Amino acid sequence: MPLLQVKNLGINFGGLKAVDDFSVNIEKGMLYGLIGPNGAGKTTVFNLLTGVYKPSTGTFRLDGQILNGKSPIEINRMGIARTFQNIRLFSHMSVMDNVKVGLHNHQTYNVFDGIFRTPKYYREEKAMNEEAVELLKVFDLEKEKDNRAYNLPYGKQRKLEIARALATKPKLLLLDEPAAGMNPNETEELMSTIRFVRDNFDMTILLIEHDMRLVGGICEEVTVLNFGTELAKGKTSEVLNDPRVITAYLGE
Amino acid sequence: MAKKQMTGSEKLILAQTQLKANLKKRKKTVFAVILGIAAFIICNVLISTGALGRQGSGLLVPICINIMLAVSLNLIVGFLGELSLGHAGFMSVGAYAGCLFTIHANLPTIIEFPLALIIGGLTAAVFGVIIGLPALRLNGDYLAIVTLAFGEIIRSIINSLDFTGGAGGLKGINKFSNFSVAYIAAMITIVVIVNLVNSRHGRAITAIRDNIISAEATGINVVFYKLLSFVIAAFFAGAAGVLYGHHLAILKPGTFDFNKSIEILVIVVLGGMGSIPGSIIAAIVITLLPEVLRDLSDYRMLIYSIALIVMMLSSSSTHLAELRMKIRKKLGLSGRKGVA
Repeated sequence: MPLLQVKNLGINFGGLKAVDDFSVNIEKGMLYGLIGPNGAGKTTVFNLLTGVYKPSTGTFRLDGQILNGKSPIEINRMGIARTFQNIRLFSHMSVMDNVKVGLHNHQTYNVFDGIFRTPKYYREEKAMNEEAVELLKVFDLEKEKDNRAYNLPYGKQRKLEIARALATKPKLLLLDEPAAGMNPNETEELMSTIRFVRDNFDMTILLIEHDMRLVGGICEEVTVLNFGTELAKGKTSEVLNDPRVITAYLGE
Repeated sequence: MAKKQMTGSEKLILAQTQLKANLKKRKKTVFAVILGIAAFIICNVLISTGALGRQGSGLLVPICINIMLAVSLNLIVGFLGELSLGHAGFMSVGAYAGCLFTIHANLPTIIEFPLALIIGGLTAAVFGVIIGLPALRLNGDYLAIVTLAFGEIIRSIINSLDFTGGAGGLKGINKFSNFSVAYIAAMITIVVIVNLVNSRHGRAITAIRDNIISAEATGINVVFYKLLSFVIAAFFAGAAGVLYGHHLAILKPGTFDFNKSIEILVIVVLGGMGSIPGSIIAAIVITLLPEVLRDLSDYRMLIYSIALIVMMLSSSSTHLAELRMKIRKKLGLSGRKGVA
């Protein structure tokens, strides 16, 4: 059974069909790309999958569980984490605390434990700190852990956002244009980070990207969206050479 | 989770840095505790030797009350990031509940007064839920208007009710508040809020302030934490109100007007949003300032306003920030956690 099963997903904003009849199956451990020209509805698909928008039609399941209609909070707890196209960090908090917010739901001490500093508080905070540092090391951010998030350079902010999403221990990670605004070197580094995450965290990743080198380099399969509908789907190399896809991107 | 095998020396370095971090944290706590005890002893010595005079020692309780109000409001304004203009409303609800309790109850003071503080706090906390509920749908200016309206509605209701004494005020309240009780109450407020802010729950609250959309996407229960902030802040405002009533021995609805809420907000903003030590210092300064300026009679409010403007300007100046950093480094304390 595929990890993510999306069936005929669609949403209307008034008369506009922003996404129509979107279906995809993503196997566990896969790196899947979602591409398409500006305004094709890629981010809308992400917003549907994370519960920001409620779908007008269709269903989607993660690990067999139906998720449509659930709130973003529930969906995150059930195993979908995401990053944002325009970075949304907790900018006035430290790098470490950003990751620790991600670990929030994996701790069990309650408000009273926190206020009265019970042994449980110390035990779980200590475990949390170790886990957060471990995660920051993966993204080479452990030296920055006490800095405020907004003080980080752009590339590191992108990485921190991925680290925070991973801290929620998802089954599926959605990356919205992770390479936006990066130079070729940074993109290269990001590609190896994404591969590393997939291999070492047993992660399934769905990503939106405009950088075709990145998509061609790491995605095994892609779906091309155009005007809210699926234009092509399949193996990356085949799809990227499809004349219809090239036309959609570059025009006639 | 990815785990790299560590060599012995790497482990040693890690252990050392952790130990250093722990020591630093402990140093900060120890410093705060010593400061707290020292302040208490010094104030008591000053009271008993009469060095403060009648006027001076009469100000100690209001200072503690303002610290409670400012620190609790800071949880909403500085950490949750919502503007609340109804803090005096919570204070008044707590004050009336606690004072009515001590008037009608017949228990030994040692039980009655702490119980009154808790009852006042809990009553205010209930109102915290009522006000917190619209806060789930509103934010920014809209929420500010709702909280403002709440404060005014509470004041009018108290004004028109019989058992609250109406506009004439509630009289016959015992003067239970003294410096020791107020000081302990203020300390409890500070410890609870500081501990809350430095727990996973506090981080969740701060995350909502910084970015509500990604807080939701990270699985933070926004509804719960917004309510929690309002309830805890209201509780301590209510308890502060009880202290206030038992300090003045009379409660008048007019005291808890819009100006009172603004005064508390001024303390929070002046001390720095998201800074607890800042709120404490600002509470002391703002309480003392009008009294220090009392001799200037006619010019008092004028100079008070000018002093406020100067303080606001200087608290955001870079020179002062550098100075603060230097002092902090000398004391071996690290930077604060909240917003700059």
